[in-house]
Amino acid sequence: MGGRDTDMVLLDANGIRCDGRRIDEPRRIMIKAGVLHNANGSAYIEFGDNKIVAGVFGPRDVHPKHQSNAETGILRVRYHMQPYSVTERKRPAPSRREIEISKVIKEALLPAVMLERFPRTAVDVFVEILQADGGSRCAALDAAAVALADAGIPMRDMVSACAAGKVADTIVLDINNEEDQAGQADMPVAIMPNSGKVTLLQLDGVLTRDEYRRCIETGIAGCKIVYDIQKRALAERHFSGAGQ
Amino acid sequence: MTHQGMPRTVMPGDTITREARRAGDNVVLVGDTLVSSAVGLVSVSDDTVSVIPLSGKYMPRADDLVVGMVISHTSQAWELDINAPYVGFLLATDVFGRDFASHADELTSKLALGDLVAARVANFDRTRDPLITIDDRDLGKIDSGELVKIAPGKVSSLIGRQGSMIQAIETATDAAITIGQNGWVVVSCDSADGLLRAKRAVSAIEQGAHSQGLMDRVKSALARGGD
Repeated sequence: MGGRDTDMVLLDANGIRCDGRRIDEPRRIMIKAGVLHNANGSAYIEFGDNKIVAGVFGPRDVHPKHQSNAETGILRVRYHMQPYSVTERKRPAPSRREIEISKVIKEALLPAVMLERFPRTAVDVFVEILQADGGSRCAALDAAAVALADAGIPMRDMVSACAAGKVADTIVLDINNEEDQAGQADMPVAIMPNSGKVTLLQLDGVLTRDEYRRCIETGIAGCKIVYDIQKRALAERHFSGAGQ
Repeated sequence: MTHQGMPRTVMPGDTITREARRAGDNVVLVGDTLVSSAVGLVSVSDDTVSVIPLSGKYMPRADDLVVGMVISHTSQAWELDINAPYVGFLLATDVFGRDFASHADELTSKLALGDLVAARVANFDRTRDPLITIDDRDLGKIDSGELVKIAPGKVSSLIGRQGSMIQAIETATDAAITIGQNGWVVVSCDSADGLLRAKRAVSAIEQGAHSQGLMDRVKSALARGGD
């Protein structure tokens, strides 16, 4: 939601977007689980031009000790953009935006992760953005959820995320960087797909009541597409040659 | 619960059944539905439904045999990595005997950093770290062998029905294999070729545990010579 003017046609008369997609079509999504040997669980995602890797450690001892909780485990998430992930070098120190996104990803994962089974421990999720396009928080969340499942952390449900938005007065699924910069609204949504509970809902922009409802519905439809791809990635990693 | 004799595969959040069954390991009851909380294979015994996880850490249980690695020590105890969320504590009195004196006895003289130990979980609960003991037959420092790590959920596949799998590997390679319930396996063998083949067989089980034709794949891993 940069609010920038652009010469680019974001949506043509045939309902085709600037990157050739239909309004209800997500970008190309590829997820691979178990890409890192040294982490307890990991995942790599390509979501359009986003390239993101997530690594999970734990449950493990909490350091510093004062953060540990005798009743439950704790979840710590770091979302970090590599300096080369954007066109202008990004300073590697955590920015306000990265701190915020780390927080919202953590809060989107918390309802799913059964930390109460591991008191006095921590589960650490590290998300590295290798290449950023629009919607990196949703893609990061998708990768983090797969990495957690890959690490064998007990979860009530998966977490799947996808953004919807408003571009050229039309509600569209999965907005890209250009649409994010010049569009009218951006709404990242994350759900627990089996229970249908929403774990992340943000909105940048202005929508009418009806547009808001349609935007959520569109985002949830995108989450379900992502969920199928997440399951396929986990099945490829763990069931190739086993089970049904 | 099974599909053509094969165990059913599940992911976190997948519905296992709505039948009135008891929720076992890695299964949660949501309303009237039993839901998986792990990536794994459904297992039903009596009226209990559980999921055998294909990844994850080991949750210590009293009396389990484990393989631990010394990662640190205090004046009274060694700290062992047992592939669990918690560090295992092995008391110095277990090794030195009752006349252990912290000012006189040096712990590193018996167990140094990185040493492997075959041990038993003496007790564990949510409030304190697992207490480990070597006070039993065949337990103690492991002097030789190589550590192979597998997922704790795959240990039963490595052992096989009544120990058939592990016996097959040991007989074919002349290797001695120490299996910890925590998924840490120590393979020792006098010949380099036997060691390599035994490790390869353990890895084959790690990659294809609970799959059909596992024994055949293990046999082919054992048949191939060291190259």
